Amino acid sequence: MRKQRPQRSRRAALPLPALILAGVAVAFFALPLVGLLWRAPWSNAWTYLTDDAALTALRLSLVTSLCATAISIVFGVPLAWLLARVAFPGRGAVRALCLLSMVLPPVVGGVALFFALGRRGLVGQYLDEWFGITLPFTTAGVVVAQTFVAMPFLVVTVEAALRQLDPRLEEASRTLGASRWYTFRRVTLPAIRPALTAGAVLAWARALGEFGATITFAGNFPGTTQTMPLAVYLSLETNPEEAIVLALVMIAISFAVLVGLRDRWFGSIGRPQQVVA
Amino acid sequence: MTLDVRIGLRLGSLDLRVELTAHPGEVVALLGPNGAGKSTVLRCLGGLAPIDDGRIAIDDVVVDDPADGTFVEPEDRPVGFVFQDYVLFDHLTVLENVAYGMRARGVAKGDSRRRAREWLERFDLADYSMQRPGVLSGGQAQRVALARALATNPRLLLLDEPLAALDAGTRAVVRRDLRQHLATFDGMRLVVTHDPIDAYALADRVVVLEAGRIVQTGTLAEVTAHPRTRYVADLVGVNLVTGDVLDGVLTTSTGARVVIADAVDGPALATIRPHSVLVARGSAAASSARNTWRGTIVDVDRLGERVRLVIDGELPLTAEITAAAFDELNFRPGDDVHASVKATDIEVAPT
Repeated sequence: MRKQRPQRSRRAALPLPALILAGVAVAFFALPLVGLLWRAPWSNAWTYLTDDAALTALRLSLVTSLCATAISIVFGVPLAWLLARVAFPGRGAVRALCLLSMVLPPVVGGVALFFALGRRGLVGQYLDEWFGITLPFTTAGVVVAQTFVAMPFLVVTVEAALRQLDPRLEEASRTLGASRWYTFRRVTLPAIRPALTAGAVLAWARALGEFGATITFAGNFPGTTQTMPLAVYLSLETNPEEAIVLALVMIAISFAVLVGLRDRWFGSIGRPQQVVA
Repeated sequence: MTLDVRIGLRLGSLDLRVELTAHPGEVVALLGPNGAGKSTVLRCLGGLAPIDDGRIAIDDVVVDDPADGTFVEPEDRPVGFVFQDYVLFDHLTVLENVAYGMRARGVAKGDSRRRAREWLERFDLADYSMQRPGVLSGGQAQRVALARALATNPRLLLLDEPLAALDAGTRAVVRRDLRQHLATFDGMRLVVTHDPIDAYALADRVVVLEAGRIVQTGTLAEVTAHPRTRYVADLVGVNLVTGDVLDGVLTTSTGARVVIADAVDGPALATIRPHSVLVARGSAAASSARNTWRGTIVDVDRLGERVRLVIDGELPLTAEITAAAFDELNFRPGDDVHASVKATDIEVAPT
């Protein structure tokens, strides 16, 4: 009797309504996946998968999203550092500006990019005139659009980690004779590595799934700008079976990366509070 | 070859005005309550907080002087800094922690590791060189922090509350180790603490800081005998008695016997708060106090509503009584008195 009592009270501590709501939430996320699996044309799947157009879109998606992630890291980490550590006037406004594309409809972002970096755009006309660079409707344009929507995810994650980092770690490094740069490489970066990984994965996932800004700014040209989400959307009209297969491929890739990274990086370090999104 | 400091700094509600000097081989304790600005003084010396006005010179080299725009970055100062709760690098091994400063200064990897290993052996930590700092006890972490700071060969060593992070049980042992290790370093040493026992054990001289101002400096004995402010009297102005404990009795080097409640055999440091000392004229009536010593009042210090009596005798003591009691009993220097203390009012720490 006595041994059972704590168990029983623990179960009672979970309120039943919350349990039901949580179950509904899980179902909400699981059902679309089940729906896809249910309608998947398993017998023709291999044909669709090895289809040239599908493979091209897949390759383009992987290359552009990884490029966007790399660019987000190179520029996003210094930006996060600036926002977290340097108290300058208007910091709040600058932060809001840099994170705006997280809440902006991606199509709006694509339109804005077009008027800034398009051939007739504010900066784009000079890029074209002076350097002969045109971004819209090119693969580079896809990367720009993806970076625009993805980088804020990395910035917020890394900024949160930098804010949580004990500033005395960096101070200790300085008093031991390390320059600011050496301190950043040898102390700051290793300390925020879990958050940086998490932020990079979030940014990469966002870039991989990017649709609105890409189609607005870069168009939909197979081989140069038609990424997986675009291919899925368009084939939904022409060939729904292919759309389902491509969608399942994207889900499989994303799921595999999330699960794989969790175990290798987040799991071993075990500081979930640094994964802020 | 000295430390010559004049600091003027406003930081939030703290208004710091401090002048102090230190000489090679000297250990100076910076004592004061929380928020007095002790740690900020260390930060100024280490280059972590630039001063508003004044001048800081280490070994005749000016490292901070706002008047002519001189500011030497922390990494270029000959300063070792041991932080409160040590701030070791968790992502590096103990060996890499100690080698860090040498690596940052451009010493080759093999060379820095070899020298770091020597430091770890000297600090009795060789077995932990490949471990992460997370597995270390408080005392071990402190030794790693000290080795890490000393490995850069500083002229000035700064220690911020080096014993505050430790539990009472290990404090005495770590304090004794720290004292030994500090003794092997011949530069200038500045220890921030709020504990007079730490100051007594580690420092040659104390500087008492209150609300950003130095209120008193001198040897601990001087400060204890004549505290100039209420805070100094309460915190620093305690009677510290060293001796050997055997069977619940501490015997001093002059042969005075102190009965104590916590009997731990061996060398020990007893703390007797002046307000725990009962002073009576002539022979003391029978009371529950286990200790009574005869003595003569040699000095009287009035500090607001309290009066401190400096008593010389078998056990030199400072007692604190109210001004009303003082006036009623009419104590004067030269009076013979009995001073008594309950054994339970005496705190004892092994040394």
